[in-house]
Amino acid sequence: MIPVGWYLILGAVLFLIGALGFFIKRNMIALLLSIEIMLNAVNLTFVAFSAQHAQISGQVFVFFVLVVAASEAAVGLALVIAIFRNRESLNVDRSNLLKW
Amino acid sequence: MDLLWLIPVLPLIGATTNGVLGKRLPKNVISLVAAGSVGVSFLISLRLFLAMLGQPQSELPILKDYFTWIQAGPFQAQFGLMLDHLSGVMILIVSGIGFLIHIYSVGYMSHEDGFYRYFAYLNLFVFFMLTLVLANNYLLMFVGWEGVGLCSYLLIGFWFSRKSAVDAGKKAFIVNRVGDFGFILAIMLIYWTFDRVDFASVFSRLENAALFPVEPLGSVGVLTTICLLLFVGAAGKSAQFPLYVWLPDAMEGPAPVSALIHAATMVTAGVYMVARSASLYNHAPGALLVVAVVGLFTAVYAASIGLVQTDIKKILAYSTISQLGYMFLACGAGAYAAGIFHLMTHAFFKALLFLAAGSVIHGMGGVQDIRKMGGLRRHMPWTHATFLVGTLTIAGVPPLAGFFSKDAILWGTWNYANYGRLLWFVGVAAAGFTSFYMFRLLILTFYGRAQYSDNDVHHVHEPARSMLLPLVVLAIGSIVAGWLGIPPVLGGSNPIQQFLTPATHETESESLGASTTEFVLMLASTSVSLLGLGLAYLFYVARPELPEKMAARTHAMYSIMVNKYYVDELYDTIIVSPLVQTSREFLWKFVDVLMIDGAVNGIGRVIRGSARGLRHMQSGYVRAYIGWILFGGVLVMAWFLR
Amino acid sequence: MMQTIFFVFAAVAVGAAINVLVQKHVMYSALSLILMLTAVSVLFILLRADFLAVIQVIIYAGAIMVLFVFVIMLLNLPQDEDGADRLWWLKFLGIPLGLFFLFLVIATLWNVESSVDTRAGISGSAGAIGHSLFTDFLLPFEATSLLILIALMGAVVFAKKDL
Repeated sequence: MIPVGWYLILGAVLFLIGALGFFIKRNMIALLLSIEIMLNAVNLTFVAFSAQHAQISGQVFVFFVLVVAASEAAVGLALVIAIFRNRESLNVDRSNLLKW
Repeated sequence: MDLLWLIPVLPLIGATTNGVLGKRLPKNVISLVAAGSVGVSFLISLRLFLAMLGQPQSELPILKDYFTWIQAGPFQAQFGLMLDHLSGVMILIVSGIGFLIHIYSVGYMSHEDGFYRYFAYLNLFVFFMLTLVLANNYLLMFVGWEGVGLCSYLLIGFWFSRKSAVDAGKKAFIVNRVGDFGFILAIMLIYWTFDRVDFASVFSRLENAALFPVEPLGSVGVLTTICLLLFVGAAGKSAQFPLYVWLPDAMEGPAPVSALIHAATMVTAGVYMVARSASLYNHAPGALLVVAVVGLFTAVYAASIGLVQTDIKKILAYSTISQLGYMFLACGAGAYAAGIFHLMTHAFFKALLFLAAGSVIHGMGGVQDIRKMGGLRRHMPWTHATFLVGTLTIAGVPPLAGFFSKDAILWGTWNYANYGRLLWFVGVAAAGFTSFYMFRLLILTFYGRAQYSDNDVHHVHEPARSMLLPLVVLAIGSIVAGWLGIPPVLGGSNPIQQFLTPATHETESESLGASTTEFVLMLASTSVSLLGLGLAYLFYVARPELPEKMAARTHAMYSIMVNKYYVDELYDTIIVSPLVQTSREFLWKFVDVLMIDGAVNGIGRVIRGSARGLRHMQSGYVRAYIGWILFGGVLVMAWFLR
Repeated sequence: MMQTIFFVFAAVAVGAAINVLVQKHVMYSALSLILMLTAVSVLFILLRADFLAVIQVIIYAGAIMVLFVFVIMLLNLPQDEDGADRLWWLKFLGIPLGLFFLFLVIATLWNVESSVDTRAGISGSAGAIGHSLFTDFLLPFEATSLLILIALMGAVVFAKKDL
């Protein structure tokens, strides 16, 4: 059988890749995609634990994470559209007005 | 008797009303509230006093505890009032003379801006004074004690835009405080010794001769210490040497204030306190000797200063100090009733003198220097008449009040066990001085040629009737009040002595029997008073060039006396200047500015500096923020996995 | 057998994820992400979460990613980003940090007593999840409806032409 540790390591790796995406990519939509990768990694971890402890609540939580991811993606994309309309550029480093 | 609490509380209500609403009230309402509250208080006092007269001695004192003020473990202090013969006399004096002075003040202060404020303070003062004399325990008495000090400060500095008035108020309060320190220590010692602070318990415990023997002269046991500390407090409040320096300066206040507070009532609180604590003092003859000597010394000393002063109110101030010295002499000699008797007559004639002086100043448009007066008899006949009565009585001319009370004191002194005869001689000398300077004042002010020109002082006039009426009433009192104490040798029964003796727990003195010695002494003191009058006449009417010649011949002594023996300057150098220097250089410039402000500002500086550094973290780049988050996440994980 | 499936699809998932980062044009990244989602969905099936696997494909890959692709196409982006990277140093900071993080996780998990998964423990069927949703997790369930409503309104407001 597949030990649960492997799933967890896979989840960690995926999470890391998602985090790295933030450092590497400058396109705002690419950042949102990285967020999706991270959320997926978390989902995987939840389901793995759910199987390990034989409780359904882990999977139920994934359900909620899904809902949140969907809403967040929708709103985020709407924001991206609004920013693009104002600046003609999706470079996240250009949107740095909230500095000291 | 249920109305007892109303006596102090009514003026308090008056003070609150005038203080809170006074700004918007018309003058006659303010006057009505203020004078009315004191007047009703007087009526209630009178009624209770008469009711008390009917009760046998065993029923007294009448004690009423109203509520528990402090409850701290085994220690308890009540807000409780006590009515006995002594406090009965005092409340009549305070509320009665207070009422008259309120009426006078309506006229005197009618042009003032702070009319309502004045009356609020004055009513507050009457409240505190009544609390002081009615209190049934030392702690509540101390509340009244402090309160009258506060009101004195407020009223002395009433014209607060004048720096001299403000300084005088501060001086009064601070010097009083020195005395109060002694009082507080005494209260603590009393509690430590007796486990109680109320009069009834303390005095009844004192009767246990085994526990509390009479401490012999020269030894300083706990009772003597208590009495000496109490006297320190009394010296502060009643302006005895060396804590008298505030009273002459207190003349910066309005004349009615000087009359009420610094003549008739507040300054007598010390005498009342000593009389009230008579049981304690009778166990400490050493303390009594100190009281008598200090009192007598003050009497002579202040009289000597008064001989050469030129401000009308200052002369009266020194006279007050001197007369208070007499009262303490009486108490020290064991003749407490005589002291209180003199307190009563003094309240009448000193208030009268001050109010009359106020009316002179008022009529002269603010002039207070007697060298600039003269001949006012023609312009202010009523004022002159009442002032004459006051002068005669303070000089001890029979059959006016001052004669009887002063004689009672001198007779008690003569019979005093420790050096009584010597003290008597000095006392009579002081009486001579008193007579001299009072007649000097009278002559220079009211007789002779006017020393002012008509364009200096416009239209000298008599004050309004509302101001004259109290003068007349007080003058009548100054004549009549003495008849309560006519000694047996002159055919009277000395009712006031018998009245007060039970309350003051006096030791049996010979003063209750007729005696020729007393008659001889009376003649002696009267002739000294007349000598004083004669000398004043000589110096200021018959040979007016004499004063200057004498001053020139005794130049050194004269200038020392005029400068009040330089005591104020001495205090300034020894005490005040070092304190001010320390405060300014060390406490202010170093501790406050450098240390405390430095610390507080330093904290601000540190925070600002660190913020200036840390703000660079807010770069605005989302990706950098992600970096920080990840970094933090790694730290947290490392912590949990350690 | 199971293990083979696991390794294959794990590799696909990781590879697709890395590809998301590597691609220049964001459209390719999105498509790569769809691949990753599908691989993860298979892993869900291995873990007996069949309902979730299906939901993942339908909702996540089928709706959310489609939304992404719509927006990318709407914005008509050019090939790559303009200008030099202002925060070029982040790459060098971030990578070792991330690897350290990974090391920590693996170091922990290596020693974990791994119990067997995919036992006959739970059934991830729709019925089981639904039962739990409508009893234990009723309040969050209802709350998410509110959340979706708010997100809906938010998206509409933000994307308007004239705010």
